[in-house]
Amino acid sequence: MKTMTFAGAIEDALMKAMSDDPRIVVFGEDVHALRMNLYAKFGEMRVRPTPISESAFLGAAVTAAMAGLRPVVELMMIDFVAVAADALVNHAAKLEVFSGGRWKAPMVVRAPCGGGYGDGGQHEQTLWGWLAQVPGMKVVVPSNPADAGGLMLSAIEDEGPVLFMEHKLLADYWIDVVADAGRTNLDYDIPDAGARGEVPKTWEPIPIGEAKVLRDGDDLTIVSLGVSVHRCLQAAEELAKDGVRAGVIDLRSVAPLDTRTVCQAVEKTGRLLVVDEDYKHFSLSGELAAVVLEAGISAHFARVCVEDTIPFDRRREAQALPNVPRIVEAATKLVSQQGRRAPSAADGPVAPVSRDVESAGRLVHDRGRFSIAVALESAG
Amino acid sequence: MQPNAEGLYRQMYKSRRFEEAVTQLWNDGHISAEMHLSKGQEAIVAGVLDHVIDGDALALEYRGTAPMVMRGVDLALLIKEFMGLEDGLCGGMGGHMHLFSPEHLAASSGIVGAAGPAACGFAFAAQHLRPDKVAVAFFGEGAMNQGMLMESINLAAAWSLPVIFVCKDNGMAVTTPSAEVTAGDLLTRARGLGAHVVSVDGTDVDEVWRAARDAFLRAREGNGPTFLHATCVHPEGHMLGDPLLRMVRSPVRELKSKVAPLMKAATTGGSSLSERAASLGSIAGMLGRVQKAQKQAANDPVERQRQRLSISDAERDELERAIDDEVQTAVAGALRSLEARS
Repeated sequence: MKTMTFAGAIEDALMKAMSDDPRIVVFGEDVHALRMNLYAKFGEMRVRPTPISESAFLGAAVTAAMAGLRPVVELMMIDFVAVAADALVNHAAKLEVFSGGRWKAPMVVRAPCGGGYGDGGQHEQTLWGWLAQVPGMKVVVPSNPADAGGLMLSAIEDEGPVLFMEHKLLADYWIDVVADAGRTNLDYDIPDAGARGEVPKTWEPIPIGEAKVLRDGDDLTIVSLGVSVHRCLQAAEELAKDGVRAGVIDLRSVAPLDTRTVCQAVEKTGRLLVVDEDYKHFSLSGELAAVVLEAGISAHFARVCVEDTIPFDRRREAQALPNVPRIVEAATKLVSQQGRRAPSAADGPVAPVSRDVESAGRLVHDRGRFSIAVALESAG
Repeated sequence: MQPNAEGLYRQMYKSRRFEEAVTQLWNDGHISAEMHLSKGQEAIVAGVLDHVIDGDALALEYRGTAPMVMRGVDLALLIKEFMGLEDGLCGGMGGHMHLFSPEHLAASSGIVGAAGPAACGFAFAAQHLRPDKVAVAFFGEGAMNQGMLMESINLAAAWSLPVIFVCKDNGMAVTTPSAEVTAGDLLTRARGLGAHVVSVDGTDVDEVWRAARDAFLRAREGNGPTFLHATCVHPEGHMLGDPLLRMVRSPVRELKSKVAPLMKAATTGGSSLSERAASLGSIAGMLGRVQKAQKQAANDPVERQRQRLSISDAERDELERAIDDEVQTAVAGALRSLEARS
């Protein structure tokens, strides 16, 4: 097995795809400098720096895709998608349905995301839940080099718009450009297994929408993605020392969401902890709670997410982002709700819910007649 | 009205010394992530800010340090904000890209071009609530390709809003030469959107000051927006540790890991030989331009104004010493706050 960095894996997979398929073009701000190797290899017609005009070049990517190209269009940071959201929300995502299935926009939007290096709340968001909410969008968030390369290939091969998000703590050149910028006296909590790892000898596409069970555990199921996956694995190790067996699932994509893998695990453990670097409210974490309820699974639920605008101050930032102590604490609380686990569908009809059980933070599904989602969270 | 050479120099010198102190703190690792400073733009900011009075508004980009300093915001509050301290200007929540001072109607944004709409709103509020007051937008020429800024110039002209759009043109949009991604001419463009336009040498504070005087007068009299274009040089590039500058300044360290993959990419397959050669030529040209811009930095606006002072050397030294002390006191105070916290 060979190893690569997260950034190197994306570039390697992209380079292979571009060599095989002349329809693939890359454009975005500063790509001649940021993607110097691709620029040198494929020339300016295929790797093209743009003006700072996100709404123009993102919108142009949609029709370029409709007209036969396969654009991999870059946003300097996912935060800046707000400037050009129209291209994705109203156009790329709508095309297939609007055209009665007759026309598609096979494009990839590649964007760094996430925090952990003190860049403030306008440069550290993830926003994947926001974008995944729009029907027609696929949103991919790899957590390691092998997944990054394989998912990039699938994103390129996909017939519709795919948002490919690379966390800045994983992609080393982003730390170099926007965090260290030549300095060597700052530290970041970069997960080794995410920033560098084994990759296959030859790249194969990894299907979008398939979560990966990274760790089995009977006591609770932790579901996460991106950098937070590594925080969860670390937390699971700590929990194991206390005898708590936590399973960890890496979603790998927000949309489509692999509800089956999540539900299968939660059905067994009866406890779901979502660890999400995106905002807590109206979010992926809330969606997962709904998914489990809709599947008829009764489970205790908690979430560790970003609750407010991310502070610039690195200390407060570290608290705002999902971290190992927060995950361990939430998991411990969740597991302590032992014995009060709501009966699952397999247990037979459920009794009316008493007030103290309600406040314990459970998802209760009552055979489809009614669902109770009061005080869902007791932890997190 | 004539420019006050000494007053303008004081402002420019203060901004320069302050930003040098900030650079040191950033180098020492006390400030996280990106740092965009106004070094090389002092004449533009000073020449414009000299006309700002209470009730006027400032729509700033992520390079808001110099305008905040020259507007009179407390230096220690700024440094503490940059270091993320609770007693900073905005409680350490925003950082240098998001500086806000409601007392000065001064608001910043890390989004390129966002100063355009922001200035329009400030100016519209002035039309209702603060007659004769003006809103200033600061941005770079790279932002001139951002739709929202173009829309804003049109809006300001259509509504006769009292806005001064100050375009600080160093010819580089982050690491992309603006000429390669900008069609037409910026003055013609702004004029086409209905603004009055003027272009000046942005390293000459006198020139900027006079152009700004006319623009403010026009705006205060209800005659609509001016597009004030001012050329300048960024000796530190887009931000401290600018990747291109690092390659030029420390080629061995910065390029050693980059050259092998670059040559491999350029020599194995891909597009035609001529296209690949053109790419390599373009990369070399890009670095060459950065190197050349470094040399132009000799045309330093602060030094230029220093030469123009009519006060005695002793008086000038005294003026500079007072500012040095003020900056040092602010840094020392901020470092004490930092220490008290940890």
